[in-house]
Amino acid sequence: MIAGVRFPLRVVGLAVAAGLAVLAAGLWALGYDPVTAFGAMARGAFGSWHGFASTTLVRAVPLIILGFGFALAFRGGALNIGMEGQFLAGAIAATWVGLLLAGWPGVVAVPAVWLAGLLAGALWVVIPVILKVRFGVLEVITTLLLNFVAESLVSYMVTGPLQEAKRVYPQSDLIGAAARLPLLPGTRLHLGFLLAVLLCVAGYVVFTRTLWGFRLKAVGQGPRAAWLSGRIASGTLLGGALLLSGAIAGLGGAVEIGGVTYALFQNLSPGYGFTAIAVALLGRGHPLGIILTGILFGALQAGAGAMQREAGIPAVAVAVVQAVVIVVVLLADAAARRRQAATVYPDPAPGEA
Amino acid sequence: MHALRGADFVLHAGEVHALLGENGAGKTTLMHVAYGLARPDAGGIERAGRPVTIGSPAAARRLGIGMVHQHFTSVPAFTVAENVALATGGRAPAVPAPGDPVLAALWEGLDPEAVVERLPVGLRQRLEVVKALAAKTEILLLDEPSAVLTPQEITGLMSAIRDFAARGGAAVLITHKLSEALAVADRVTVLRHGTAVRSGPVGAETRETLATAMLGEAPAAEPPARPRTPGEERVRLTGVTVAPLEGRGPGLRGADLSIRAGEIVGVAAVEGNGHRELMLGAAGLLPPAAGTVAVRGRVALVPEDRTTEGLIPGLSLTENVVLGRGTDAPWIRGAWLDWGAARGATAAMLPAFAIAAPGPDEPAATLSGGNQQKLLLARALAEHPEVLVAENPTRGLDIRATAAIRARLRDAAADGVAVLLYSSDLDEVLALADRVVVVTGGELRPMPPGATRDRVGSAMLGVAESGR
Amino acid sequence: MDEAMVAGFLAATVRVGTPLLLAALGETLAERGGVINLGIEGSMLAGALGGALGATAGGLWLGTGAAVAAGLLLAAVFVVVAIGCRADQIITGTAVTLGAVGLTGLVYRRAYGPAGAGLSLPTFEPLAVPGASGLPLVGEALFAQPVLTYLAWAAVPVTWWLLFRTRWGLALRAVGEAPEAARAAGVRVRRVQAGATLLGGALAGLAGGALVLAQVGTFAENMTAGRGFIAIAIVVLGRWHPVWVLAAALLFGGATALQFLFQAMGLPVPYQWIHMIPYAMALIALAGGMGRARAPAALGR
Repeated sequence: MIAGVRFPLRVVGLAVAAGLAVLAAGLWALGYDPVTAFGAMARGAFGSWHGFASTTLVRAVPLIILGFGFALAFRGGALNIGMEGQFLAGAIAATWVGLLLAGWPGVVAVPAVWLAGLLAGALWVVIPVILKVRFGVLEVITTLLLNFVAESLVSYMVTGPLQEAKRVYPQSDLIGAAARLPLLPGTRLHLGFLLAVLLCVAGYVVFTRTLWGFRLKAVGQGPRAAWLSGRIASGTLLGGALLLSGAIAGLGGAVEIGGVTYALFQNLSPGYGFTAIAVALLGRGHPLGIILTGILFGALQAGAGAMQREAGIPAVAVAVVQAVVIVVVLLADAAARRRQAATVYPDPAPGEA
Repeated sequence: MHALRGADFVLHAGEVHALLGENGAGKTTLMHVAYGLARPDAGGIERAGRPVTIGSPAAARRLGIGMVHQHFTSVPAFTVAENVALATGGRAPAVPAPGDPVLAALWEGLDPEAVVERLPVGLRQRLEVVKALAAKTEILLLDEPSAVLTPQEITGLMSAIRDFAARGGAAVLITHKLSEALAVADRVTVLRHGTAVRSGPVGAETRETLATAMLGEAPAAEPPARPRTPGEERVRLTGVTVAPLEGRGPGLRGADLSIRAGEIVGVAAVEGNGHRELMLGAAGLLPPAAGTVAVRGRVALVPEDRTTEGLIPGLSLTENVVLGRGTDAPWIRGAWLDWGAARGATAAMLPAFAIAAPGPDEPAATLSGGNQQKLLLARALAEHPEVLVAENPTRGLDIRATAAIRARLRDAAADGVAVLLYSSDLDEVLALADRVVVVTGGELRPMPPGATRDRVGSAMLGVAESGR
Repeated sequence: MDEAMVAGFLAATVRVGTPLLLAALGETLAERGGVINLGIEGSMLAGALGGALGATAGGLWLGTGAAVAAGLLLAAVFVVVAIGCRADQIITGTAVTLGAVGLTGLVYRRAYGPAGAGLSLPTFEPLAVPGASGLPLVGEALFAQPVLTYLAWAAVPVTWWLLFRTRWGLALRAVGEAPEAARAAGVRVRRVQAGATLLGGALAGLAGGALVLAQVGTFAENMTAGRGFIAIAIVVLGRWHPVWVLAAALLFGGATALQFLFQAMGLPVPYQWIHMIPYAMALIALAGGMGRARAPAALGR
């Protein structure tokens, strides 16, 4: 398929199965009962429509949004490992604007909150972009370092400028009702889910049908050839993609504030920025695949919550599943590369034969 | 797929043995087997009558075998001495043991403390030979060692190889140049499609017998070139200075050059002397730090390395064609891409340029080098450029593909395209170009009409012209 | 600011800088061989938990050994995936760190009960060098440190010797600069890379152990808080050279120790801002360092 993106279900199944198997082995080795644990997980994730919509899908929203953000930069060859920080920056800005616009109508307040998240997320990635484009500094490390700065900033905000009026707990006041996202009746599923899906659909169109989407892919797969084509301003293109990726992560933060928590507090993100990497890799950068894998990981997180409540197993254990999923996808890719190298007969380099 | 199919090869002490063959015939693979870099699926190796297994380069060196690879295998960031230590199994910076006059002659002029990436290409090549000889080497394998050298440097290298053989060593010289084999070797073996098809004393051979053995048939005569008449000026470089690409080498300084429609201007240069800055500067990819580049019309570029610079191997042929074309291409609709139109245009290119490919949706990686190069040229010419800049367009191709590419370049010029051509093969520059310019030490020097190979070679080395 | 304050600040600088130095030396080895291992954050975290478990079970030295083993184990995962199967190093390293977060959280809560239980571990006592430890200003910083600090200092010349005076080091540097050239010279590229990366993981594990057993005296989930990533910035600032890495590690140790100084001086700066200093400094270091020093040419490939 021209300029398209393939999405092999087999790798997804294999990776998730391997991740769960490793988790089961780990739980068993530590003396937990994997059957009880997985039972709790399944009930927590899929037990009822209400549970599915209110936890699994709600958890999936930031994962889909951030997963798409990662995939966007990754398509151009950049690794945005700092989405956690951009998410938090977006959340801070969204909280601030949401508190500020308490008296405004929703049609103004909601887009304003989203815009604040977008801008703050982009701002959080400006320094890495400049360092990468101007000095060639690996964006991986710079975006990663800024995660910790963002965590400290959140901590400062909820004990300082944005702390609740009562000044008791390290958290902000609730944002105005108008700035909150509408819910699907009878559930806690908010409008952000629709936004996440639309974002991915739009991304799919951009990736496969536009010149910009194609050039981004060219820069990602052959930066030198892209430059020598004389048609592509690689630095601008990639810098733009990273900024957009950061903005999307910031939007994810704004949506979480506006749709779920209504307030800023520490540990707002249970590692969404990192889980999203697994989501994007498992979704093969395919925007529609990301919706699917985002829901899958949302289920995993929802299930982990239930596992912690019902079986006393810490929810953080699902990070193991995510790590294994990433590794399996990498191994599948490596194997595919070897297979391709074996079936293709490129003309040898000069002298080799 | 086997690169070698039952190839036999015998090397005697005291001889220089030329290993001839087309690109892709299996010459390098055969020597990699002897050097422990490739393992044969069948067959064996004997050294001095005893069967041996050579599982690694280290094992090869223990048997007294040294190799000069086609691509430089020194670590650029290391010093000369560190590289010698790495190659000879030492741990500290090392200089070769004295005593061997061949080695001593080659070592002359190499500063052990010099960092290799700052050495000129000629010295880097000598370091390669020193490394191969430094560990009591009795068998020396040389893979296309002359490819990067000027005629004068080649003469020096060949006499060192003769001296080595005269002192009892055995040398294998891989080459695809018939003249080199005839001039230097005692015996010659010709490989074709992985099989040794001819082997014997060089005295019994002529250019014709060797060429026929390499090709499997008598070489076809080149078709007569259509007449070319230089027209209006298309490119004018005035005092152009370009900063060195990736910070290496002298860059280009104050270059003046004019290229007219319908002519091929050939560029001769030793790697790292500024020719790349000239080519990419003329193509508008490297902005000049001083001076002006004036171009009338569109410029198309066929870059040096087809798999990393020209094409993106993982993308389809259609995508690679889209990559190389600007926004004036018929499949661009504002911000949108009409993939159907691009696919159709690509499909039409394949037969027109005799590109052997299953279809426009195949990844570029599945094409042979010759077909990749044809695709690059097809893409470049598809937008009817006024200027074509081509870097090493036939590197690594077999004779037929080379002939096809050269014919396309000549045709383009005959059709009125202004062509700027660089080739690391000086003979190719001389064969194709109407005029030759040399780039040396960052300076551009025009050659007078009819300049000989030796004269151009001297200029490439930066030797001052006498009588100026 | 009085003398005691400065002496305390310098001592804290060295103490805080020790885990950073160990991890950065390990990463220096890996990167000299062309391997960028983001998994050292995970190795460090695993080392910290290993140190805690070992110390609980059998004392400080068992803890130290367990820390090294835990760091080594995670590096082994990285080696198999990224070097053995040639998967992307950066993503593999991220996955290893992510896995370490989950695994250590799981094991920690199993071993020590629900989170929040204040865990108190024994720590290495400062080992005073008689006479020298009483020197003004630098006495405590240089001559009254836990044994792991002295070990970290010793690792500096050892690393230098390994890199620049052994055949292995020559081969490793060649691999990092020009793997094809190294291969042609008979170097087993992946084996050398694996060795350096494992050694780096062991040092990162030791760094985690030092964090727990010579600095903090407790374990908390995700307690390394990006120190492994800072170590990577230290390697850049230290120009991939052990001696400069020592200097850079102390610089970052100082930046972290500033909070003690600020507290002691009673400056009204929110602690969160002081927490940001090392990370911000790392960014500046990367911007400045990348321009001047040259990374191993084949890094990350």
